[in-house]
Amino acid sequence: MSFELFSNLVGAFFTLCIFSFLYKDNPFYQAAEQMLVGISLGYGLVFSYERVFIPYVFQTIVIKHQFILIIPAIMGIFYLFRFSRNLAWLSRYPIAFSMMTVGMGVPMGIHASILVQMRQAMVPIESVNLFLILLGTLAVLLYFFFSKAHTGVYGKFVNVGKWYMMIGFGASFGLTVMARISLLIGRIQFLVNDVFGILK
Amino acid sequence: MKKTIPLLMVILGGLIFVTWAFSPHYYIQEVFYNQMYIPWIYASIGFAALLGVLSLTLMHTNKIKRRAPKWQYSYFFFASFIATALAGFIGGTQKGGLFMWMFENMQMPMSATMFSLLAFYMASAAYKAFRARSPEATVLLAAAIVVMLAQVPLGVKISRHLPTISQWILDVPNLASKRGIMLGVGLGSVATSLKILLGIERSYLGGGD
Repeated sequence: MSFELFSNLVGAFFTLCIFSFLYKDNPFYQAAEQMLVGISLGYGLVFSYERVFIPYVFQTIVIKHQFILIIPAIMGIFYLFRFSRNLAWLSRYPIAFSMMTVGMGVPMGIHASILVQMRQAMVPIESVNLFLILLGTLAVLLYFFFSKAHTGVYGKFVNVGKWYMMIGFGASFGLTVMARISLLIGRIQFLVNDVFGILK
Repeated sequence: MKKTIPLLMVILGGLIFVTWAFSPHYYIQEVFYNQMYIPWIYASIGFAALLGVLSLTLMHTNKIKRRAPKWQYSYFFFASFIATALAGFIGGTQKGGLFMWMFENMQMPMSATMFSLLAFYMASAAYKAFRARSPEATVLLAAAIVVMLAQVPLGVKISRHLPTISQWILDVPNLASKRGIMLGVGLGSVATSLKILLGIERSYLGGGD
């Protein structure tokens, strides 16, 4: 048996373990699920060590002698006190340090999520589509405005927002289903071509 | 010491970051951000990964100790985690080693299959939504069917206008609804950021003293 075939057989085994859940929950699926979590965690740990800890902590402090970075390194260790009953408050320091960026989020959030979207919505209405986009945007925004009761003519206009959102959710749903189906096709192609194809 | 200093760190640091967004000054852009904040955050953030490891390890250890339902499978978690970590730390992460072999032949097939399973469950969810028989559910499903059919050759065979209709759905009503939601989300996130910056929202500090 070639190494490639062995590797593909391992992949096929775990693929079938996960697919077995379509029949019902079973030990093969449970074991594969836990292994997926374990391998993903191990992968993340090794890469965090290699790509973050070594270049930004070890090399900078030990090799480049930037001893000031011992302070954030110790602050990083404070994360681990989250599980201590008496010293859990220490973990607030690294969290607070990373939360400082909310200050950056205020002006940048206003720019990216509000101003740019408003600018794109308030273009000259030169076509029916542009009018429909403006109408839909206003209706969706007003749908989430609860300070005025959704009744009468206003209620009917606001209801248009709901229809727009249903079409939007439907489109997102369709695109997500197609993405999942393409993954399913990929897995079936793997089983048919790369495993059973070599076995034949 | 326990709550006030972290709170002050967020408020004062946050205000510096507001200045950072507006001021192109050398001290704030280069000295504060590039020379101080970025190396400091990289030096501390690596330990957050350890927090995840510790959290999952504790959860599975407790599960085994308490003999909780399906506790036996926690051994699979430990075995695969230790094997992957050892393969990476001892053997290295280069292609051709055991670490990458495990990733390519175990992790990738399993995660791709896990996501592909959702195709089946989404189909059953769509069926349930259709059974609800409300006009809104019907519109949702109709939009979904048009978008899905337009992406496959069968859709063009049914009607050559289907891709055009699908593109119109994506470009007009979908864009309008997404823009409305995006504006709402933007306003909400800015409001939450301001509440954190002003010290009104403190839930990120956790409970206790």
